[in-house]
Amino acid sequence: MDEFVKSRIKQVRKGDQNAFGEIVELYKDKVFQLCFRMLGNSHEAEDISQEAFIRAYINIERYNIDRKFSTWLYRIATNLCIDRIRKKKPDYYLDAEVAGTEGLTLYSQIPASQLAPDEEVSKIELQEIIQNEILKLPEKYRAVIVLRYIEELPLLEISKILDLPIGTVKTRIHRGREALRKQLRHI
Amino acid sequence: MHEYLDGEILPEHKNILTVHLKSCADCRQHFQELEKSIALVKSISHVQAPADFTQKVLMNLPKEKKKVSVKRWFSRHPVLTAASIFSIFMAASLLSHWSGDDFSVTKNPDLVIENNTAIVPEGETVTGDIVVKNGDIRIDGKVDGSVTVINGEIVNGESYMASAGQVKGDIVEINEAFEWLWYQMKHIFESTMNMLTGKE
Repeated sequence: MDEFVKSRIKQVRKGDQNAFGEIVELYKDKVFQLCFRMLGNSHEAEDISQEAFIRAYINIERYNIDRKFSTWLYRIATNLCIDRIRKKKPDYYLDAEVAGTEGLTLYSQIPASQLAPDEEVSKIELQEIIQNEILKLPEKYRAVIVLRYIEELPLLEISKILDLPIGTVKTRIHRGREALRKQLRHI
Repeated sequence: MHEYLDGEILPEHKNILTVHLKSCADCRQHFQELEKSIALVKSISHVQAPADFTQKVLMNLPKEKKKVSVKRWFSRHPVLTAASIFSIFMAASLLSHWSGDDFSVTKNPDLVIENNTAIVPEGETVTGDIVVKNGDIRIDGKVDGSVTVINGEIVNGESYMASAGQVKGDIVEINEAFEWLWYQMKHIFESTMNMLTGKE
């Protein structure tokens, strides 16, 4: 597989776009999924994952062929997602305290999305709830959680993708897990 | 707990954790909730990119270098590639015949050869086609067939049309490489057709 990717990339460097098409085929679902879980809607996810592949093509000369291609590609995609999240960030924060209240955040003003434990929750609803909880995470925790539990990547690879020390990745995963636990424990 | 969930727990820490979780209900609950939320996050079904995704990416790439698309065309169409290489060699070999400048004439007992000129003597009738290469032909008698002159001409002081009356078939003069090539191809084509139709 690595050999296949390498040979395709050499072709791409000579300018062969069909070889790049094979690379897109190989990684499109993973990149799209990463963007979808980071951004929460398929339209934006498609936009950003398209953009990620186009940037990879344009900057293919800068890719170090001895490293893992997927790491480099995920890095481009993750950075684009984080940029997009920052741009569209609303000027209020759900976890900011509501003025004039003590310890009350906007979270508490949103109707509880979780249902009583004994209630039957359809699979689709459940997925929506989980996705929403992931989207509530600040982007730095969201990225590690998506890479770790949805893309199922090892810690070392995540640290390479995000260009962070492995200790920082761990801390973020721990905090992300704790935040999710608080939101998801009643489901 | 997080060491355990990261899959990096040392065996002695794992023992401490297991023992502690047995005795401490709060921690046990906390731990179970963590495991549950991970399972939930992992459970959300995998999404797939839209069907036309790759097509769209390729459409939006900057234009590729022409060299590559030509190369790819050749590797995609091996038969046409072989055919085009073949035709190049073919043309080259046909042209190499052309460049030979020895005088030659179709063998015929009634033809007289004089200084690179083939002569159809007066009163004689040459039966069959005559091809003269790198030389001229003078037709004083008659020819029951076609006359082809390559790299030379029909002399006699007489005009073309006059000798036309003395030649039953066609008169052809070929003096250019391209014409030569065309003549050869026509010839090959005709003989192939004859072969195919079984005529000889």
